[in-house]
Amino acid sequence: MKEAKQMVVSAIQNGTVIDHIPAKNLFKVIQILGLDRIDSQITFGTNLESKKLGKKAIIKISGKFFADADINRIALVAPDAKLNIIKDYEVVEKKVVEVPDNIVGIAKCVNPKCITNFEQVTTRFKVVSKKNVALKCHYCEKITNQENMQII
Amino acid sequence: MKNRSLVSIDDFSTKEIINILDLAEEFEKQPVRKLLEGKVIATLFFEPSTRTRLSFESAINRLGGKIVGFSDSSSSSVSKGETLHDTIKMVSSYSDLIVIRHPVEGSARFASEISTVPVINAGDGANQHPTQTMLDLYSIRKTQGTLNNLNIFMVGDLKYGRTVHSLMMAMSRWNATFNFIAPEELKMPDEFKLYLDNLGLKYYEHSDFTDIISKADIIYMTRVQKERFSDPMEYEKVKNVYVLRNSMLKNTKSNMRILHPLPRVNEIHTDVDANPKAYYFEQALNGVFTRQAILCTLLGIK
Repeated sequence: MKEAKQMVVSAIQNGTVIDHIPAKNLFKVIQILGLDRIDSQITFGTNLESKKLGKKAIIKISGKFFADADINRIALVAPDAKLNIIKDYEVVEKKVVEVPDNIVGIAKCVNPKCITNFEQVTTRFKVVSKKNVALKCHYCEKITNQENMQII
Repeated sequence: MKNRSLVSIDDFSTKEIINILDLAEEFEKQPVRKLLEGKVIATLFFEPSTRTRLSFESAINRLGGKIVGFSDSSSSSVSKGETLHDTIKMVSSYSDLIVIRHPVEGSARFASEISTVPVINAGDGANQHPTQTMLDLYSIRKTQGTLNNLNIFMVGDLKYGRTVHSLMMAMSRWNATFNFIAPEELKMPDEFKLYLDNLGLKYYEHSDFTDIISKADIIYMTRVQKERFSDPMEYEKVKNVYVLRNSMLKNTKSNMRILHPLPRVNEIHTDVDANPKAYYFEQALNGVFTRQAILCTLLGIK
């Protein structure tokens, strides 16, 4: 039987496709990008097979294009994500996410004695290492590493 | 620098630090001046710290300023459940400057972002205590005549001691050489050694006092606390190794001075007190002059 090339998540005419999201972090990506609060048509698939990630997710957002600074905010939860910018069903541009220099309000400070874990304070970090992501808290100045990083 | 806050020593440039030390020198010559007349300074001590609070209050009083505040959070509205955010919002409308001591790390930075008046961090948990660092720098410059190219020995609890970390980072601006003397469990953490490596500064680690202290310009002593040890046996083994005695100072340099952030328990034997190289009590007095300089600088008065 000839295998038809079929898309699990249907194509969009114009917009952005975010691929190679770790399946477990799909909803975090949705939350960080605020996709739950926009009017665009959004389709997504999750627990799709991926050689690299095991299980991956993909999101297609119709009629929406992101600024680099916005899209880089997902780097903590989807460091290998790839973006395809679609115009008229064609990929016109490919992008990868890059860990930004500063992270605001996405991660939780690992230090239990940090003010951000006591009061309503938006967390702020300086990224001190991009390869194995390490964040330095703007408030308590302690380092949060990849392995103990929690997304709010 | 008017209307700036002092939360971490890194907030100030080298030139700004030197300006504060120069101003502190003026206050040492003439400590009583009515520069803060008509000003209200809030001292919010969410945890007790007698020494730091009295030093600040002495500095404010000698400048003719008035003080509002509390010395312990049980006597404030915090005991009613008020957030730090709300306390600072309110107090910043009552005062011209806020001095804050709080056990939670990062609280002073947070306060400085909410407050409409300058904030001075008088210690936020294990994080920063910049006015201590400033008075340490003042004491070093005063006794050595310079901050450049000194050999600094740090002794005791180098793992948890925030004063040694801040002082080490600050002194790295003036090409210091460091010698760290600490028990295995309380060694200088790697992140700080990495910091020195990146700057290309030399440091040496020792597990006990040796003849090498004859090379020291400054010996900075800290308290080795029993509760820092996971194994009480370890504490018993090392507790007497890090005690400085007068007999050990025989071959030390004539310019060498011994500093300690205080309170001391037994890590400096009382027989050292009479030695002219003991400087820790004068060091505490210098805290008043440096705090006077910091207050006036942040209020734009000097």
